[in-house]
Amino acid sequence: MAEIRFTIDDKPCTAKAGQTIWEAARDNGVYIPVLCHYDGLKPVGACRICTVRVNGRLMAACTQPIGKDMIIENTAPDLEDMRRALIEMLFVEGNHMCPTCEKSGNCELQALAYRYGILAPRFPYLWPRREIEAAGPHLLLDHNRCIQCLRCVRAVKTKDDKLIFALLHRSGKVRIGLDPELGPRLTEETAQKAMDICPVGAILKKEVGFAVPIGKRKFDAAPIGSETAEKA
Amino acid sequence: MENITSVILKHGKARDKLLDIIREVHSPKGHIPPEAVREIARHLNLSEIDVQGVVSFYHFFSSSPRGAYAVYLNNAITSVMAGRAAVAQAFEKAAGCRFGETTPDGRIGLFDTSCIGMNDQEPAAVINGVIFTRLTPEKAAELVEGMKAGRSVEDMVEALGDGANQSDLVRAMVQNNIRVKGPVLFGPFTPGSAVRKAAEMTPEQVIEEIKKANLLGRGGAGFPTGLKWEFCRKEQGPRRYVVCNADEGEPGTFKDRVILTELPRLLFEGMAVAGYAAGAMEGILYLRSEYSYLKAHLEAVLDELRKDNILGKSIAGRKGFDFDIVIKTGAGAYICGEESALLQSAEGKRGEPRDRPPFPVQVGYMGLPTTVNNVETLCAAAQIIVQGGAWFKSMGTVTSAGTKLLSVSGDCERPGIYEITYGMTVRELLDLVGAADTQAVQVGGPSGCCISRTGFDRKICFADLATGGSIIVFGPNRDIFDIVRNFLEFFVEESCGWCVPCRAGNVLLLKMFEKIVAGMGTAEDLKNIEEWGRLVKALSRCGLGQTSPNPILSTLENFRPLYEAKIRKDTGFAPDFDLTAAAQEACEASDRTFCEETHHG
Repeated sequence: MAEIRFTIDDKPCTAKAGQTIWEAARDNGVYIPVLCHYDGLKPVGACRICTVRVNGRLMAACTQPIGKDMIIENTAPDLEDMRRALIEMLFVEGNHMCPTCEKSGNCELQALAYRYGILAPRFPYLWPRREIEAAGPHLLLDHNRCIQCLRCVRAVKTKDDKLIFALLHRSGKVRIGLDPELGPRLTEETAQKAMDICPVGAILKKEVGFAVPIGKRKFDAAPIGSETAEKA
Repeated sequence: MENITSVILKHGKARDKLLDIIREVHSPKGHIPPEAVREIARHLNLSEIDVQGVVSFYHFFSSSPRGAYAVYLNNAITSVMAGRAAVAQAFEKAAGCRFGETTPDGRIGLFDTSCIGMNDQEPAAVINGVIFTRLTPEKAAELVEGMKAGRSVEDMVEALGDGANQSDLVRAMVQNNIRVKGPVLFGPFTPGSAVRKAAEMTPEQVIEEIKKANLLGRGGAGFPTGLKWEFCRKEQGPRRYVVCNADEGEPGTFKDRVILTELPRLLFEGMAVAGYAAGAMEGILYLRSEYSYLKAHLEAVLDELRKDNILGKSIAGRKGFDFDIVIKTGAGAYICGEESALLQSAEGKRGEPRDRPPFPVQVGYMGLPTTVNNVETLCAAAQIIVQGGAWFKSMGTVTSAGTKLLSVSGDCERPGIYEITYGMTVRELLDLVGAADTQAVQVGGPSGCCISRTGFDRKICFADLATGGSIIVFGPNRDIFDIVRNFLEFFVEESCGWCVPCRAGNVLLLKMFEKIVAGMGTAEDLKNIEEWGRLVKALSRCGLGQTSPNPILSTLENFRPLYEAKIRKDTGFAPDFDLTAAAQEACEASDRTFCEETHHG
C-alpha cells in the first residue's frame, strides 16, 4: 500500500492508511498533546487538546484519519493557546489539589500544565461539590480529580464486553460511575490497570499511597511529550 | 418484577429497545427503581451502570420518584414571556411543593423542561405525556385539584385544538395555527402520487430530480439532499436505513409538530421515496418524546399506507421497491436532534454525538449506511418527485430553492406556522406576522442569531440568515439580557457533557455573562467573554458547542451598547491590573528584570 505523505508544521512526514493524525504524528516523532486518548483504545475526542489545524480547519487529531497531502499545523501560537485554555478549563471545572495528590508527578494533566507554563487559569474556579467513593476493597474514586476522559470506561470491561465504568448524567453534571455489582469485585490487577490508565488521580489503589517517592515519578525527570520527540 | 420481565420480552431482549423498555417500566411513582435497572440489565446482558448511564442521560427518565403526575413546565423564553412565573407559582402553591420536587405523598412532581414545541401557545406543560397549552394560574390550580382527585390527565383536557388535533387518536388541546400555506408543504398533494411516480423512475432518476431541485436539508445545516441519498446508495452494506429526524428541539421551533399532525402522509411518502433512492428497505421515524401524543395517530397513518401498498413489499407494483417504517421515541434530550446523537439514542444508548468521519451515510444506524433527513426535507422531496425539480427550483433564491416552513412566536399578533419562499426579508416577515416596533428577532433559535433593527432587511435564506425554522420576535420592552441568559442556561443544561469546551465552556460563559450583567464587569471582561465564546465554538465536538456561544456573540455584535452600559467605569474599581507595569518600578529600583508570566495569546 502506498504511503500517505503529509506535512506537520512544514515537516514532511509519511503515514500508513487507516492511521489517525495523532498516530501518524507520533510515528514521525511529532508530539501532539492529548489527555483522553490512550494508545490502543478507541479514540473518543473528548478532551479536544489534540486539536490541530488541517488545511485551515480545526480537527481533533485523535479521531481524524490522516489523509493524503494534509497540511497540518500543530504548534501555531493560537492552537497552543486553545490547548492551554482547555487545560485551564479542566483545572477550574474540577478540584485539583496537586500538592496532596498521590498521582502528582505521574499525572498527565499536571504534566501538561507544566508543559504549557500555566501558573493560573484565565477562568474562574467553579469549585464543584464532588464526592469521593470508596468503591470496593481495592479502589478509591475521587471525582474531584476526574476529567471524564473515558479511558477507564473503554479500557476496563468484562470479558463479554460489559461496561464496568460508565458515564452518568449529562452537562456539567456528568461523572464516572462504577457498576455496583462488578465494581467491588474487581481483582487487584484490574484495579491497578484502572489506576494506571487514569491520566489523573481520580482512580486510586487503596493502601499503596505514595509508594513511589516524589522525584522518581514519571514526569519528574523529563516533561510530558519528550518520549515522542526523542524517537524522531 | 414479573411485569418488568413481560415488558422486556414483549420488546425483545435487544439493546436498541432499551429506551422503550425503560419508558414502559417507569413505576407508578414515575421512576426506575434500582431493582428495575438490575432486571433490565440482566435480561439485556448489560451491566447495571450501563443502563443507569442511559436512565440518567434523558430528561424524562429518573431513578428517584417524580410523582404519579409529573408536571413538566416549559422554561423557554417564550414561555417566560407569556407569564410562566405566575403559572409556576400557582402550581407550587396548589401542589404544596417546589419545582424540582415531588409532594410528600408522591402524587405530584413539578419540573422544569426545555422547549416542548408549543411556543405559539405558551405557557405549556407536558403532564404524563399529555400536552396542556396556554396555562394560566387559575388553570394550573384546577389541574392540581384534578390530580389530587385522581382524575386521568386525558380527562383534564377540555377544549381540543384544530384540525387533526381533534381526531380520536390525538385528542390534544394543541393548536396548529397555520397562518400562511405555501405551494410546497401545503400545496395540493394526491395521496400515493409521490411513491407511485417514484416507482415509475429508477432510483438514480429520483436522485437526479432531487439534485435538479437543489433541495438543501431543512434542519439547518443545509446539506444537499440528493447528494446525501446518493452517498448512502453507493455505500456497501447488507442493509441501509432512512431515518427521519423528528426531534426538533430548538427553542422556538414547532413546524415538525404541525407537519406530523396535518401532513403525515406526505412525510411518510417522502421517507419511502428516500428509501427507494438510497436503496434502504427500512425507515425509522425518531419522534421526540414531547410529541409522543401523536404516536397513535402516526401509527394509524402507517397502517393505512400499508393497506394501500404505499408501504410494504413491491410498492406501487414495482418489484424490489420494499420499504416500511417504524417509530422510535426519544426521552427528552435536545442533543438527540444532532443526527449522530439521534442514531446513538435510536440504538438504545446515551444520546452522545459520534465522531466524524465516518459519517452516518457510511456508518449509521446499527453501523449501517443511513441517510438522516429532516421532516420538512422529506416532505419537500415527495412534492419534488410529483411536480419536478424545475418547479421547485423556480421558487426562492438562486442558492436557496423552494420554500421554508417557519415557526413564529413571541411578540407578534399572529404567532404560528408560515410557509414562505426563501429570500423574504425579516421586515416583510414581521409585517406578515403582525409585529410592530420590534426590538430584536431571534432567527434560527438560540443556536442561530439575534438581530437588531439594523438587520431587518436581511434575507431568510442559506446565504444570509439560515434557519431551521425558529423565529422569535421580541418587542421593545423585552430585556435582551433575560433572553441571552435563558438561552445560555438552556445550553448549559442540554450539553451532553462529552467534550471539555462545551461542558465547561458553556458554564464559564454563563458565569462571566452574569458578572457583566450584574454590573461587575470590566472592558477586559467584554473582550474575554468574546474570546471564550470563540474558543467554545472552535473547539467543540458537535454542533451544540459550535453554536452555543451565539446568544452572546450575536448580541455583542448587534446590541453592543447594552453591554457597554453595564461595564464599570468608576475609577476606584480595578478588578484587573497589569502585573508587569505594577512591578516595573520595583524592578528598576532593585535592578532586576521582571520575569513575565507566559502569555495567554
